[in-house]
Amino acid sequence: MTFNARGAFAIFKNELMRMFRTIFGSILSPVITTSLYFIVFGAAIGGRMQEVDGVPYGSFIVPGLLMLTLLTESTSNASFGIYMPKFTGAIYELLSAPVGVAETLIGFVGAAAVKSLILATIILATALLFVDYSIAHPLLAFGYILLVSATFSLFGFILGLWATSFEKLQIVPLLLLTPLTFLGGTFYSIDMLAEPWRTIALFNPIVYLVNGLRWTFFGQAEVDIALSFGMTLAFLLICIGIIAWIFKTGWRLRS
Amino acid sequence: MSDPILDIRGLEKTYKGGVKALDGVDLTIRRGEIFALLGPNGAGKTTLIGAVCGMVRPTGGVIEAFGKDLSRHWKSLRRDIGLVPQELSFDMFDKVIRQVRYSRGMFGCPADEDRIEEVLRSLSLWDKRDSSIRELSGGMKRRVMIAKALAHDPKLLFLDEPTAGVDVELRRDMWRQIDALRERGVTIILTTHYIEEAEEMADRVGVINKGRILLVDDKDAIMAKLGRTEAHFTFDAPLAGIPASLQSYSLHLEEGGTCLVYRGGDGTGKGKREVAEIAQIMTREGIAFTGIDTRESTLEDIFVDLLNEPEVQA
Repeated sequence: MTFNARGAFAIFKNELMRMFRTIFGSILSPVITTSLYFIVFGAAIGGRMQEVDGVPYGSFIVPGLLMLTLLTESTSNASFGIYMPKFTGAIYELLSAPVGVAETLIGFVGAAAVKSLILATIILATALLFVDYSIAHPLLAFGYILLVSATFSLFGFILGLWATSFEKLQIVPLLLLTPLTFLGGTFYSIDMLAEPWRTIALFNPIVYLVNGLRWTFFGQAEVDIALSFGMTLAFLLICIGIIAWIFKTGWRLRS
Repeated sequence: MSDPILDIRGLEKTYKGGVKALDGVDLTIRRGEIFALLGPNGAGKTTLIGAVCGMVRPTGGVIEAFGKDLSRHWKSLRRDIGLVPQELSFDMFDKVIRQVRYSRGMFGCPADEDRIEEVLRSLSLWDKRDSSIRELSGGMKRRVMIAKALAHDPKLLFLDEPTAGVDVELRRDMWRQIDALRERGVTIILTTHYIEEAEEMADRVGVINKGRILLVDDKDAIMAKLGRTEAHFTFDAPLAGIPASLQSYSLHLEEGGTCLVYRGGDGTGKGKREVAEIAQIMTREGIAFTGIDTRESTLEDIFVDLLNEPEVQA
């Protein structure tokens, strides 16, 4: 038996079913949270703000908020998806089944990424209720959203394998991802920052992610767009490499 | 010996920190048999199962399943291996039927609702198929574990303490299930604390302690080799010593000479015959005994004796 397509699909389907079973926490909660951002920053405050790089402020924050949701949801969904079987002991089935790294990633990470895409679609549709925006490069935007979802789902998968408690599961999203995203130009252009803060901001990798998505929306970028895509792709490959190593060595999987 | 379905040679597992859970285990499982692996807590039973089923990475030795090296052909071989772990481990919030379908799919089997129904009905779970697993009783949850393991029709099935913590009725019911699986040609390896279970179910028995296999043999052969008969003859008046005519038997006096104890035999009936001969001799010689109490040693007695004599080798 080579690639176990049925096995990969079974995991994928099971993960999506789990998501729909907890639809409030999985879908409604992030959509409501993001909608509140649009109401407060887009509709209420945004009207009093100047345009940023020729884009109305309410529209300007759409890619940033979308990125905030993509990063946190992709990470938490994938990490929770693999952590729960570890926590309940049900991981035995995954380890004893004829599924390897490819099937596991397609199943768990694929489901987390698909969920993020569904969320992104809902959030973009919801945003239209509060602000006007258009997407300059829709295909590239879709591709980039897909790339970021897959990358951070892989990152979340690693996090879920690494975590040995629910507290550890929350540490990275709460103490690392969310602050970096807020400071990564979600609500502002880093060109608005005075030196040395602008230079310091360039060390924040999230800046490049937000910047990349913003470029697909508005056709303009604060940093080199090739660098944004390149860094995201590099992070994706690093995550795949780490997961392949985990499966090869059995780290945190097999005793 | 019939065709081996599993051949383990020199299997070792040393955990970080130096704990040696498996110490050169050699074990061959025959196709179609029920093999009971007995051992106290921490003996290495679950580690051995884990090494075959992929949860534990062995630090030495070779495992061959269905005639192929498991470490090289794990993906194709695991398709035919099933496991029911000791702990109840599944998504408690999911429905019974969905979890069983999930297991079947994960092992690469095409969807087959008829087979899922058959498995669920055989375990009396069909009526509960749409129930959330958390709503089921402990015994029913254990059945769900078995249903998940059977969903992909394994040829080799590991049952790790399958009846731990279940009531007598359910235990008997599970024994019937195991028997039905054997009739369908499934090879079963079960670990258990209940010696009665091994006596009832197993064709062969292995005893493991401190990561080493102490003994592997047919259950009946073990009883023949290591089984003993014990008889207590009681007297109103104490005997001064063992009568000369009984010196050739394995006898000794207890309770101040009021109890003559025989320990002997080999599990083939020799012990019972000797007890009868002793009774006839004493009757013939007018040695009046007031009672006889005999008992055959159980597999449990043999098991306890073996653990107390760890130098016994397979």
